[in-house]
Amino acid sequence: MSASPFLVLSAILFTIGCIGVLTRRNAIVVFMCVELMLNASNLALVTFSRVNGNLDGQVAAFFVMVVAAAEVVVGLAIIMTIFRTRRSASVDDASLLKY
Amino acid sequence: MVAFWILAPIMVVAALGILFARKAVHAALLLAIVMISLAVLYAVQDAPFLFAVQIIVYTGAILMLFLFVLMLVGVDASDSIVETIKGQRVMATVVGLLFGVIVVFGVGQVSLGVVQGLSVANKDGNVPGLAQLLFSRYVFAFESTSALLITAAIGAMVLAHRERLTPKPTQADVAAQRMRDYAEHGTHLGPLPSPGVFARHNAVDTPALLPDGTPSDISVSRTLQSRGTVRTAPSTDVERLTRGPERPDDLSDLDGKDES
Repeated sequence: MSASPFLVLSAILFTIGCIGVLTRRNAIVVFMCVELMLNASNLALVTFSRVNGNLDGQVAAFFVMVVAAAEVVVGLAIIMTIFRTRRSASVDDASLLKY
Repeated sequence: MVAFWILAPIMVVAALGILFARKAVHAALLLAIVMISLAVLYAVQDAPFLFAVQIIVYTGAILMLFLFVLMLVGVDASDSIVETIKGQRVMATVVGLLFGVIVVFGVGQVSLGVVQGLSVANKDGNVPGLAQLLFSRYVFAFESTSALLITAAIGAMVLAHRERLTPKPTQADVAAQRMRDYAEHGTHLGPLPSPGVFARHNAVDTPALLPDGTPSDISVSRTLQSRGTVRTAPSTDVERLTRGPERPDDLSDLDGKDES
């Protein structure tokens, strides 16, 4: 079972997540695309772990999952706070620092 | 490898669906498809522990959190089409595609050597192997993640907490406020009319019919109205009701019992 197809799939998913972050305007969907990118990198880590024959890659993927969970909790709380004050979840509306 | 060739197209299509989904809820469900497929790919690649963690943490906890927040923020909150930076969407897509092509071809060019497989590393089982690493070489990072998780939990609590600035209104305050509203604006004192009960359907999405036969807007939830899923009372019923009391036998079938 070769490793290249897994890495190519991981790269494709990462690219899709990247384009999503850049183009979508809803903060929650942007966040989902960030999660997609993290998942894609996890797939690459697990694949490299199999290529190298040791479990270090899987440990790294596990740490990524922990950090992603913490990040989602804080990020969604921030989105909720912004929504409560501005009644909108669009990333364009939170532009107060510009002025 | 069979699992990969089945799941990879599904994952790519679902991920593209996240890009083009109009509603955020659909994006969340498509993300769930991607994550579950990824979990299967982990299982295929000799990582049963990560398979379980992916299902429990990602699809179980994180996606449910996303769905909860979507419910709070409002399902109908869709993307704005207005571009604040001119041509940003097109530029972002072009640059993203360029990046994708570079990465995919770069990965395709790399020779990875012989795939060693995890049969040696997983000799005592995958979970004991991971635990061996976590509690020896990565023990400091592992301890730091516990600090990170506590910080995140406290941070979320601080962000979500709202200090009550005014005392909570008691029942007497609410009653006094109602009387004041009645005196100043003439707002109806009593409770709001209940939906649907006097019409044909005993459902919350059907507005109640007023005595003159017109549907009452305040009897259905505002959320249902903004979503546009409120049923209108059938015009024939309204017509029959507004025609007046000269043909009472017509009305008798509306409430289901014969009163004659």
